[in-house]
Amino acid sequence: MKNLIDLEKKINSELTTKINRTEIKHNQIYLETDKDDLIDVVLFIKTNTDTKFRQLIDITVTDYPENNQRFEVVYLFLSHEFNQRLILKYTIAENEIIPSITSIFPAANWMEREVFDMYGVSFKDHPDLRRILTDYGFEGHPLRKDFPLTGHTEVRYSEDQKKVISEPVKLEQNYRNFDYESPWEGTKYIKEKIENNDKKN
Amino acid sequence: MTKKIKNLNLNFGPQHPAAHGVLRLILELDGEVVEKADPHIGLLHRGTEKLIENKTYMQAVPYFDRLDYVAPMNQEHAFALATEKILEIDVPIRAQYIRVIFCEIGRILSHILNVTTQAMDVGALTPTLWGFEEREKLMGFYERVSGSRLHANYFRAGGVHQDLPQGLEEDIAEFCETFPKIINDLESLLTENRIFKQRNVDIGVVTKQDALDYSFSGVMIRGSGVPWDLRKSQPYDCYESLDFKIPVGKNGDCYDRYLCRIEEMKESVSIIKQCLSKMEKGPIKSLDGKISPPPKAEIKQSMEALIHHFKLFTEGYRVPKDEIYTAVEAPKGEFGVYLISDGSSKPYKCKIRAPGFSHLQSMDYLIKGHMLADVPAVLGSLDIVFGEVDR
Repeated sequence: MKNLIDLEKKINSELTTKINRTEIKHNQIYLETDKDDLIDVVLFIKTNTDTKFRQLIDITVTDYPENNQRFEVVYLFLSHEFNQRLILKYTIAENEIIPSITSIFPAANWMEREVFDMYGVSFKDHPDLRRILTDYGFEGHPLRKDFPLTGHTEVRYSEDQKKVISEPVKLEQNYRNFDYESPWEGTKYIKEKIENNDKKN
Repeated sequence: MTKKIKNLNLNFGPQHPAAHGVLRLILELDGEVVEKADPHIGLLHRGTEKLIENKTYMQAVPYFDRLDYVAPMNQEHAFALATEKILEIDVPIRAQYIRVIFCEIGRILSHILNVTTQAMDVGALTPTLWGFEEREKLMGFYERVSGSRLHANYFRAGGVHQDLPQGLEEDIAEFCETFPKIINDLESLLTENRIFKQRNVDIGVVTKQDALDYSFSGVMIRGSGVPWDLRKSQPYDCYESLDFKIPVGKNGDCYDRYLCRIEEMKESVSIIKQCLSKMEKGPIKSLDGKISPPPKAEIKQSMEALIHHFKLFTEGYRVPKDEIYTAVEAPKGEFGVYLISDGSSKPYKCKIRAPGFSHLQSMDYLIKGHMLADVPAVLGSLDIVFGEVDR
């Protein structure tokens, strides 16, 4: 499809219930679907002659620990033919296993491994689901919001044991996170306070 | 009596000069033929994305220099564009030209490094020595404009940090005159060189379809004959107003990719020249005081400027809730930033899409059935920098 509005219509009419929401912003199309419909949607947008999103750009996850459906899985696609970008998303709860798309896009292999490593989301039918970026024997999933910035363990060379050992992180000074969030945009908070006081009186 | 022959497992790296960084490549060899390659990456993993989540938008910029550290400003560009699009601010035209000039300098930096080290991997030492002399000059330009040869921290949302110092424009223009001769010298050493061709022609062939499937970008996809360059197809900053060509390969082998890089350097020189001739005096960053810090002189006079300065360097600017994917054509391919902002002054999430990550992933597919000696040649033509692969 030449323009995004036609594309949005096409996707909505062809995939109907498989798409929960569509939106166009920043010259990109955003789709929301469900875990179970993922394979169908991905196959459709890859093979259909009006969409031809034949390149998978990246897979990632956003972590919202306060939500029940904690993780939002995001797929970025690119169509060379129509010069368009598509962002496909769905939410899952922790410990949910999601389908792998390695059989459709071979490039998904490492991307899914990275998601598994960084967020601990498991993939069904992935040929080789191992950690990829973190150290051998690493524990935890660093990009989850509840993983501390300083990590849990630190490594050093031990002169006694003559090998590299890992031990719990010891900080010389606590991690400092200053709160700078003050009302820069005028004095709205003072106004609100005064108004509230006025109401009480 | 039959003899059992077992395949040999060979550890290539993590410390190997031809691995271009810390790559541990486990090769399964049958004689000298590679049966399987399993790259182990992550030895340079620093958790850039996690760190960015804990920094303000301005503090996040230096992390981008440390991704692909041979072309730092190209990475900063992607992040700057992403924040600008969410903030909906315009970039003054002079800043756009400056950014394009330095992105093209970055492209030349990266391509010199790649072409010459690839030549070194297959046995030629001289190109490296000649090429690095030019890189030295280019890093000199980086230093004069940003104060640092590598980790520039120069691009900002809304423009660049400061204007070009006096005389720099002339020196870059002079470089554009002398550099094409150096490219010719390099070409005379390599392009028709018998050994270089024997080592690269028909090695690591990528078909069009596989280039798409493995999510290749940049020279890797153009070498296979797909005319795709984000500077042309999804132009950002002032690329639309510039006249340049996209070199495209034919066979998708290591040699074609080398040729593409050489031609791209020539195009980059022409882009820089055009920018220098079109550039006029003017502001170099957004005039919005809520995003760009005020000039030092103004802080001494104006209370508002002082407050802006203080707030910008403590809290930083806030970015409205939104999400966006922005990509630029970095020297190695499509470098993208998937940014989620939540209205505060720190990004909620910043996923970095590094081109080298997908390129390295295809190592097994590329090298299967090749000889062991072809591994450095293929690895060299992939143009891998571990700063961006491991993040």
